[in-house]
This record gives sequence, C-alpha cells and structure tokens, in this order.
Amino acid sequence: MSGLSEQIKEIIENEPVSVFMKGTPQLVMCGNSDRALRALRAAGAPVTAVDVLPDPQIRQELSALSGWPTIPQVFIKGELIGGADIVEELYASGELQAKLDAALGTEREPSEKTAEVAATA
Amino acid sequence: MVVTGMLETLLRSSFPDASELAVEDRTGGGDHFQVTVTSGRFDGLSLVEQHRLVYEALSEPLADGSIHELRIKTRGNA
Repeated sequence: MSGLSEQIKEIIENEPVSVFMKGTPQLVMCGNSDRALRALRAAGAPVTAVDVLPDPQIRQELSALSGWPTIPQVFIKGELIGGADIVEELYASGELQAKLDAALGTEREPSEKTAEVAATA
Repeated sequence: MVVTGMLETLLRSSFPDASELAVEDRTGGGDHFQVTVTSGRFDGLSLVEQHRLVYEALSEPLADGSIHELRIKTRGNA
C-alpha cells in the first residue's frame, strides 16, 4: 500500500467529488462537516467521503497537500473548492451546481460512498 | 474575550483597509468564531483565495489551538 499522502492525493484527483470530513455521512461528528455535506447533497453531487478522525496524521497530510488548515475540505476533480462556508455560499449562489455541471455533466447521479486511508505500518 | 480581541488585532493588521471587520464568539466559549471581513484585498480573488488570506492572518491562533472552529465571510469592495 502506498503512503498516506499518496492515498489522499489519489482520492482527491480520481474521485469526482471528495469531502474530507469529521465522521461519515451516516454519522457526522462536526457541524461544519454536516453543513458541507448538506450543500453537496442539495446540489446533487456524487460524494466520496473520507473520515479524518481515525488518525490525526490524515488531517496533517491533507492540509500539507491542500494548504488548507481546517476540516471539512471539498474537492471537485482535484480542485479545492473550499470548506463549509464556501461550499454553502457557492450552493446559495448556484455556482456549486454550475461547477458540478461543468466538471461532471448535468446527467450526474447523486450518490454517497466512503473511502478509507491509513498510514502504513 | 481575550482571543476575540487578539483575532481582531491580527485581522486589522492584515486588512488595514477593511470597511467591515468583525469577530464574533459564536458559543461564548472563546474558541468558536465567526469572522467577517470586507476589504479591497479580496477584489478579483476566488473565495478559496480570499479565505486563504484570512487563514494566513490567523495562522498562529489556528496552529496553537486557540481557534477550535472558524467560520469566515469575506467580501471585496468591487
């Protein structure tokens, strides 16, 4: 298995929409992660969620890659969209839907799945 | 209120031109904050770039754990 940083990078670059959050879509552990997830759902995004809580190293490596200090972090096709405030603001203005349309097409199916990353022993 | 004042000072020095600059302690616990900044420094920048400037201004309290949660609202003058 590749290193933690490579695993995170792979998810950011290969998943259509990824969200690094506290908890899972089924059990959200933070209000801001919840706000980001709700906006993505409302915009009809296919979401791949990664829980950062199992290991503090996940958050460290993620922030080192993205240059963004807080959780959640939302990416569309490798591009950092922002945290909860930005995602909510973009949803309210219609820009989130427009970004998703441009990146993934208007025929996209909303969905939710989780992905896991782990430091190699 | 100590942290609130410190955040205001840090933001003021990074955004001396700000026409609006507010730090609200959302929970009264001194570690969940809403910051609002309107500044010409944000003109022409994406929201990600705008928030990055705020994170830069507050990098110390973000790194040392004084800020547990930060909500950001930025606006340009244009």
